[in-house]
Formats: sequence, structure tokens, C-alpha cells
Amino acid sequence: MTTARLLWVGWLMQMKMLARSSFNTLLGIVYPLFFATVAFFMFRAGDDPKPLLYASLGAAVMGIWGATSTAAGGSLAQQRWHGTLELLVAAPAHFALILLPTTIAMATIGIYSMASTLLWGWLVFGIDVQIGDPLAFLIAVPATVISIGALGFLLAIAFVRFRQAWALGNMLEYPVWLVSGFLVPLTLFPGWVLPISWALAPTWGIDAIRGAALGGSPWEDIAMALALGAGYVAIGVLLVQRTLRAARTKGTLALS
Amino acid sequence: MTSARVFFFGGIASYRALFGWLSPWVFIPSLLVAPVFQILLFVYIGRSAQLESDEFYVIGNAIQYAAIPCLFAMTHLIAGERFQQTLGYILITPARRLPLFLGRALPVVVNGFFVAAFSLVVGGAIVGMQVPASAWGPIALATAVSAFSCTGLGLVNAGLGFVVRETSVLSNIIFGLLLVFTGANVPVDQLPRWMQIVSEGMPFTHGIEAVRRLADGGALADVWGLIGLEALIGVVYGAGGYALIRAMEVVGRRHATLERA
Repeated sequence: MTTARLLWVGWLMQMKMLARSSFNTLLGIVYPLFFATVAFFMFRAGDDPKPLLYASLGAAVMGIWGATSTAAGGSLAQQRWHGTLELLVAAPAHFALILLPTTIAMATIGIYSMASTLLWGWLVFGIDVQIGDPLAFLIAVPATVISIGALGFLLAIAFVRFRQAWALGNMLEYPVWLVSGFLVPLTLFPGWVLPISWALAPTWGIDAIRGAALGGSPWEDIAMALALGAGYVAIGVLLVQRTLRAARTKGTLALS
Repeated sequence: MTSARVFFFGGIASYRALFGWLSPWVFIPSLLVAPVFQILLFVYIGRSAQLESDEFYVIGNAIQYAAIPCLFAMTHLIAGERFQQTLGYILITPARRLPLFLGRALPVVVNGFFVAAFSLVVGGAIVGMQVPASAWGPIALATAVSAFSCTGLGLVNAGLGFVVRETSVLSNIIFGLLLVFTGANVPVDQLPRWMQIVSEGMPFTHGIEAVRRLADGGALADVWGLIGLEALIGVVYGAGGYALIRAMEVVGRRHATLERA
């Protein structure tokens, strides 16, 4: 009960803070629209409407990863700047229970972008996305958000030793957009890219959302996205323990 | 002589100070790795959409990515100084403003050129772009003029930094507009008419077109007009940005709002 409450309150508090930041709200909504607009222009050139529907959903989910990658990469550095990292580490709750809802909230803010991109595609480009299976869609979206938030959690932990971790998170924005198949079918990539794509939860998340919206069987994709998300969390928890132990031993928590 | 010193040494000192923040841990991921992946993203979207050649997207995105160093570094001219609480000290000096601000723009042009050139060479090598060896010199010229032109827009951005608190949001939005309007990924003639008109007045539009023609074997003489237009756009934005900075400085002094935004 305490754990569930901690996760809920942590997520809610972080959502409130992010919602006050124009970087996370205004830019988070507007920035993916530029990429979506370019993609819509590019796919609109053909006669077949399917690629446009494909691109519309992909561009919509791009915003979720965009909202997560940079922010999650630098989330621990931000706590360090605010002077709250030591307090959070010293709290009796496990640090992972504090960090995980933070990164999931970052991914959740991306839903603004998802909605605005679908709306933009409909209003400006006339892309009418009909949701084939509303129930599956309503499950696929939060599953994708949670799994992307979990990937952000892993990034946050992995980059804890880097002072400019946000730049590393920022660097990963395009590669994940690319190899997760948001706008490009995975079949276009060289064979060695596919295992990387399969190891990324966003790949399964966007497949689940497309399956739910355009027809298909999204349930396996939803399960894979959640399973990968759980895997990221498990690895992240192990890394947290090692990292915090090392930081406490060397007294480097605030000095990275 | 004093103005020349302010121009060169002030510019270099400012740029070195910027690199105090823009360390390799920021420079390499943000300005060397990210543009290559932006190029690959649009190359693959282009292959999927079967719209244009790989070369089209490599050139468009490599040149357009110069916007990141040009816009953000110029914004740093005002917002960064304000954040470090040094803006007042700079504006209280008797130094002439033209060499003071233009001196800070020169290293930004060089950096923007480097980022675009690196992206062009590496992105082109990855996708196997073939460019005649004789074309690289003129391409470098067109790329440098494009970086100059965008730095002019960066000066406007710096002027807006007097009144806009979230300058990074503003810079990102301008970057996005350049991505859509300049023909980096969608041929300008396939954009709606009003967007074509807007694109004519934006940095990069003519520079990107010039580089594409040069890469296709065109002669420098054939693209002088495009390069000249690109330079003219840079001069107009630069002059407008300088005028905006001076106007905002006056407003800031009058209302004591230099540190407020």
C-alpha cells in the first residue's frame, strides 16, 4: 500500500511540476508537430492513404519518447542542481520508487503531444484515424507510456555519473525515433538493426497502438512492451543499488 | 583599433566562455552525433515515402542542423549573460555595440559551418553520397554563407532574449520552423503557396538549393545568385537583430528590466 501510494503521489507531484514548465508542455506539444508536418508532407505525395495513417500514429507517439529522453537523461542531474538529490537518497523509501514515477510522468506528459499531433493531422492534413479497437487502444497507450517511462528510468540511472547527462538523453531522441519504426517500417533497415529495435519497448508500443487503431492483434505487442518495461525497471533497480553504494562510499553523490 | 580588439578578442573570450559550458560531453552528442541521426531519420523516411534521393535529405538536414549552434549560441549572447548576472556589466561598458555583438557572432558562424560540414561529410559517407571532388570548395562556400545567414536570424533571437524567459523553447521552435519551411526535407515547390513565399525569406532555403545543385555537378557560376540571396537574407536578419538588441537595451535601461525576463 505504501509503495503504491508513493508511486502515485510521486507521479502526481511530478506531473504538476512538469505541467508548469513551458519546456515540457508548450515545446513538448509544438516540437513534434514540426517533424509530423514534414512527415505528413512527405507521405502525402503518394496516392495510397495507408502510409499517411501509419505516419500519423508514429508521429503521435514520437512525442512520448521526445518528452522522455532528454528530461529523463538529466533527471538526476536536475535533482543535484536543486539540491534535493541527497535528501531523496537519504529518505527511507527505496530511491527507485522515487525515480520511477518521475520518469513515467515525463512520458505521460508526452500524451499531450500525441493528442495534438493526431489533432493537427486531422485538422490540417485531413488524416482521419479511426480507432478499430477502442479498448485495446485505451490499454495500448498507457502500456506504451509506462514502458517508455521505464526506459527513461534506466537511462536516468545509466547516466548518473555524467554531469551533462541531458545531452546524452537528447542524443538518443533521433536514434530511437528511427529504429523503433515510428515512421519507417523496420523491414527497410539492415538486419543487424532489428535486434536493437526488438530490445526497445517503444517498438512494441507503437506496434500495439497501430494494431489497436488500424486493425490487427495488439495484445502480444502490449505484453512485450510491458515485459520489456519490467525488465528495464529490474535492471535499473540493480544499477541504483550499485550506484548509490559507490556514491556513498566515495562521497561523490553531489559531485558527479 | 579599440573596436577591432572588442570584435576579435571579445568574440573569442565570449566563445571560450561558452565552451566552458559547451564541453565535449555536450558538443559531441548534441552537435556531431544528433545531426547524423537526423539525416538518417529523414533518409529512411524518404526511402519509405519514395520521394527524393538520399542525397537530397543528407544535404537538406546537414545544412539545416547548423541552426542548432547558430540559434542557441546567439541566444546565449543575452540569456546566458543574464543567467550568469553579467549582462549588466557588458551593457554598461563604453564599448561600441556593433563590434561587441558582431564579434560574438563570428565564432558562431564558424561553429555552425563546422557542424554542417561535419554532418554533410559523415552523413554523405554513411549513405554513399557521390559528389564531384571539384564541388567541395563551392559547397563549403555555400555552407559557410548558410551558417552566416542563420547567425543573422540568431541575432534576432538574441534580441528577443531580452523579453523572452524561455529562450531555449523559442530557439527550438525556430529550429522546427526552419525544418519545415526551408526545403530541407520537402521540396519547396511542393509546399503550399503561402509557405513557399515564407520560405523565400528564411535562412537556408537558398543555401540548401545551392549545395544541392553543386553536388549534382553544377558550377559555382550557376549558383552565385542563390548564394548571394542567402547572404543578403543573413545581412537583413543580422541588421534587424542588431537593431532589435539596441532597442531592447534602451527599453531595458528605461524600465530597469534587463534582469527581469
